[in-house]
Amino acid sequence: MNNFDIRATINDVPHRASVEPRLSLLDFLRDDIGLGGTHMGCEHGVCGACSVLLDGVPIRACLMLAVQADGCRITTVEGLCNDDGTPGLLQDAFIEAHGMQCGYCTPGMLISAQALLAENDEPTLAEIKDAIGGNLCRCTGYVQIIESIQLAARRLREAAR
Amino acid sequence: MKFEPARNLHYVAQKRRVREDLRFVTGGAKFVQDIALPGTQHAAVLPSPYPRARILSIDAAAAEALDGVQLVLTGAQLATDCNPIRLGLKLPEIRWYPLAVDMTRYVGEWVAIVVADDAYIAEDALDLIEVDYEPLEAVVDPEEAFAETERFVHPDHGSNVLYHGNFLWGPVEDDFAAADGSLGLRTRWGRSATVPIETFGVLASWNRGTEILDVWASIQMPNFVELLAATLGYPLNSIRLHQDVDVGGSYGVKRGIKQSVLAGYLSRRLGNPVRLIEDRLWNMAGGDAHGPDRIFDTEVAFNNDGVIRSIKIRALDDAGAYPGRAPFQLAKPISALVGPYRINSVKYEAISVCTNKTGQVPVRGFGQAPTNYMIEMAVDAVARHLGLDRLEVRRRNLIQSHEFPYQIPPGSEYDSGDYQTVLQKGLDLAGYDQLLARRDKARAAGRLAGIGIATNLEPGGGNNIFEYLMDPGAEITTFMEGCEVRVDPQGNITGIMGTTTSGQGHETMFATILGEELGVDPDDIRIVHGDSLSALPTRSPIASRMAIMLGSAAAGAAGKIKDRALAIAAHNLDREVEDLEYSSGTISDRNDPSRKMTWEEICFIAYRAYHKLPDGMEPGFQAQFIYQVPGGGKLPDDDGRVGIYPCFSFQAHIPYVEIDPGTGRVSVLDYAIAHDCGTVINPDIVRGMVIGGLAHGIGAALYEKFCYDDEGQFLSATFADYLMPSVHEIPDVRDVEHCTPSPLTSHGQKGSGEGGYLGAPAAIASAVNDALAPLGVTIHELPMRMHDLEALINEANSK
Amino acid sequence: MKPAKFEYLRAESIDQVVQALDQGDGETIVLAGGQTLMPMLAMRLARPAMVVDINHVAELSGVEILNEVEGDGELVIMACTRQAEALASPLIQEHAPLLSKAIAFVGHRQTRNRGTVGGSLAHADPASEIPLAALALDAWVSLRSVAGTRRLPLADYFHGPMMTARAENEILLSLHIPRAPGTRGAGFHEVSERRGDFAVVAAAAVIGVDERGVCDHAALAIGGADGRPRRIGAVEDKLRGQRLDSVAIAGQLSEIGAALAPGADQHAGAAYRLRVARVLAERALLEALAEAGP
Repeated sequence: MNNFDIRATINDVPHRASVEPRLSLLDFLRDDIGLGGTHMGCEHGVCGACSVLLDGVPIRACLMLAVQADGCRITTVEGLCNDDGTPGLLQDAFIEAHGMQCGYCTPGMLISAQALLAENDEPTLAEIKDAIGGNLCRCTGYVQIIESIQLAARRLREAAR
Repeated sequence: MKFEPARNLHYVAQKRRVREDLRFVTGGAKFVQDIALPGTQHAAVLPSPYPRARILSIDAAAAEALDGVQLVLTGAQLATDCNPIRLGLKLPEIRWYPLAVDMTRYVGEWVAIVVADDAYIAEDALDLIEVDYEPLEAVVDPEEAFAETERFVHPDHGSNVLYHGNFLWGPVEDDFAAADGSLGLRTRWGRSATVPIETFGVLASWNRGTEILDVWASIQMPNFVELLAATLGYPLNSIRLHQDVDVGGSYGVKRGIKQSVLAGYLSRRLGNPVRLIEDRLWNMAGGDAHGPDRIFDTEVAFNNDGVIRSIKIRALDDAGAYPGRAPFQLAKPISALVGPYRINSVKYEAISVCTNKTGQVPVRGFGQAPTNYMIEMAVDAVARHLGLDRLEVRRRNLIQSHEFPYQIPPGSEYDSGDYQTVLQKGLDLAGYDQLLARRDKARAAGRLAGIGIATNLEPGGGNNIFEYLMDPGAEITTFMEGCEVRVDPQGNITGIMGTTTSGQGHETMFATILGEELGVDPDDIRIVHGDSLSALPTRSPIASRMAIMLGSAAAGAAGKIKDRALAIAAHNLDREVEDLEYSSGTISDRNDPSRKMTWEEICFIAYRAYHKLPDGMEPGFQAQFIYQVPGGGKLPDDDGRVGIYPCFSFQAHIPYVEIDPGTGRVSVLDYAIAHDCGTVINPDIVRGMVIGGLAHGIGAALYEKFCYDDEGQFLSATFADYLMPSVHEIPDVRDVEHCTPSPLTSHGQKGSGEGGYLGAPAAIASAVNDALAPLGVTIHELPMRMHDLEALINEANSK
Repeated sequence: MKPAKFEYLRAESIDQVVQALDQGDGETIVLAGGQTLMPMLAMRLARPAMVVDINHVAELSGVEILNEVEGDGELVIMACTRQAEALASPLIQEHAPLLSKAIAFVGHRQTRNRGTVGGSLAHADPASEIPLAALALDAWVSLRSVAGTRRLPLADYFHGPMMTARAENEILLSLHIPRAPGTRGAGFHEVSERRGDFAVVAAAAVIGVDERGVCDHAALAIGGADGRPRRIGAVEDKLRGQRLDSVAIAGQLSEIGAALAPGADQHAGAAYRLRVARVLAERALLEALAEAGP
């Protein structure tokens, strides 16, 4: 079984790696790149804890092979921080509205919300639910997550003014 | 200890950010899977495909020969080197090992474990292990298991019954005879659980030089280290459990004993760190996954005005193959066995049986949610029987605010409450009159619409004395929690807690109370988690207890810090302590405020100036406090009455649902909840747990079930088959607080982590039955899945 | 849940794909969006020797109208077109609104961003939405092997649960939906326990009404109530030629059950699936009728 050399830009940093074909993008990000923010919840594509942005679009990292990421641009939850490592606008809104408890689903929620807000800074409740409908959270009952996204959207609109 | 009533609060009960959140949003949290040690080996487990089978042979030669494989271990080998895992009850003929020995007892039971250089190779090796099984007929149905005389899950035990006890508190037969009427009801709570999004994981590393086993585990469990040490046969102080691991949800289930025994054993044997991260399939079938699975037969005696006099309960619980602490989930609900109602007497028959299913572990509320569901269904049945309004029946039975503290027949003393007011707040929030109009309008349009009402208690604080009710040898009368507070030479304050946290915001709660008591901004206080060799005793965040127990311990430790500062200042200012006043670290003379000592001066003296310390005072600046469960410490009286939990929170749930008659699908369209957990330490945390628990309860009510077929094959190992609610299934919950402080705790706080879950299943069931009422049918089995409801509706319509 | 070992080929052309399939002795599998295949690999339910990744075969992606000159022609959806692209496609919305409605029920945003139209057809889950809608639209699939391309109506393509007429050396190339004359309405209804889950039962319907208000086209397909998605021809025949309203539709549904042989699992029994098939069929037909107008 041959390994494959891949190049990918992860959180704006170019990476080169040699990967076994069967390695999932999730395991690659966590174990090879050392980005632990992307979480393993089910490894069969239901829970959404491993969501990342692939060329700006939210996908499940457990349902993609690392070798397929060759030539792609990937953003993980770590990539949503400001350049100085402080929480970005969306992350700060999640803190302010306490849109989490145990924090395990949180990176996936943030990724889904980021994708939503990138194209729509005035989402309706239905649009928010559609955006995070594939992210399971066991702690919160989602209400404070929705409020966090609404807060972030408000701040985004204010910042744009 | 006695606490003063809450004073003007600066930090407690204020909207403040939750300090844990920063690491979670930035990807900086440290879950078990994020902890890396050099040389770590990876474990994978081989699950049994059969519910009950004899293991004739295991051939692991090919697996062991695979490049990168370090070891394959089977149960037979392991059993010679470790002890069986201690069970809650004394059942010496039930021997529970981390791997099956000679026989498998449920689908998913771990038969062998592989350790390899990476997780992929470990799973390759699993493919190469050949097990020769002789399948046997399984014990599946709990009623049949109870009656079974030959086919036993544990043949040496000679029965499938783990526990069978009868309790009588008060004049039940007299009360039944004197009542105007009575009715019987069977309710069934389906096999569901908490299913955290993080599976269980453990990393263990044996150090030959120090002879210490370091363990990082995603646990939430009292006695974890004791059980681990006992199973491995190590002295307790040779295990160091690191409590600074973030736990990705637990809500009771993350026990991790067998997993940690395996990792610890293998690490010592191999001389490398060993990591066992459950995958979802291993977790759902063979991990700490399943919760109560219970049949209740209830008889209620009542008067024609709806006043309930007495209740007889028979509970049959299916514990699965290995009981662990499962039978005790029948005992804890004794703490609130009559709910929030004035019921004069109770008879309780509790039966725990084993079957060839995954073993039951503690789930949020430790048996209270099924019990509350049963009580609420019984109250609704009484109302239905008498043609009375469900609300009115509750109002007539709820304990009145002037009756507290109120002792229920089994002995628990409800500390405080104002149930009528909280219920009214819930109704106001729901807009109950408009809700009735909405329901009736929907019905007029041909839809099935219903309103649910449930009022329920959340016992909080924990106290193991319920074990004694089942096992009179278990004279355990404390369930303490300790903490330490250190002030460093710079004057910074650090609080040290002794347990992991799994989303409840304990660090924020601890810092808030320390800040409040010491007059310091909580954001300036550091909170750390000590390990099991360095921290004070803990009983972990179970039983809605941390605000009560750690919170009060924090207040106690802060008090000791202040006392020490006052003593140093009094000595150096030449005043009596009584003359001095503490304010945000500065100590001054009440009569002459210019005469004072600063915090920096006190810290300097404590660490550097022994000659300025009062005679006999040790240098340094720290305080320890270990808090005993308030009201605990006693054994049951001669009538078998005992106070179990100290604090009782209360919720009123009012959901609105509609059922699609064509498909049976239930939509929860509205949900109002009013809750009273005494003083709220952090409003966002409490609100989150209330709503999150409620959502978990909606799952238990409508979607979640670990299904087995008649042969004992397990059908719900994936997230596509075990259905947790997504955002689409949860309505826009509205909540309102009420505060009846507990007289027992430092700031009047009670528990809040379970209440939403303890009432929502009952409330949704009440709403569904209200929606079905025009058809003249009821459903008393959870989850109420759409195919069951559709069949019920179809049958009613066909008549 | 880690896949067994396999070889990997990133294909750049259809020829490369079919050659790999031809040489694979049935041990080669095509990886499109991976939303179904990846869990099967992770659970080791699929153990291919070789995985051929078609995500970089540009010619396998896209939506277009062919033979437009003649007026009718067909809508062609290439196999590796993402479900999200298909959902947003104005061409599909205009010419096959039923398919748009169906895709809205498929999975979640993240899975639609990777999952493909062809992947869903190739997997052939008996309850999945895209095969069902395509069947109701009288669609065809193109299958390509080294020997050439063949076209197959979907009625002949689905053989059973996850079983199709596609040979091991063939790739599903594209979905072809004939452009319909006149105005037609589309209806799609499904029930699943949670939104975004696999349907337990689903119904797709297309109704055409002529200028006199008489039904001139009726298609009804049911998913989740048989080993494969099923057209209910007996009902279609009765609806055609009728002036339709809710009463007329409700009166013609009794024969649905005869066309279906549902199985049972923990999500629903056979009797449920039969009864609910009828309920959803009625809803889908009514929705289609309302759209068709008179």
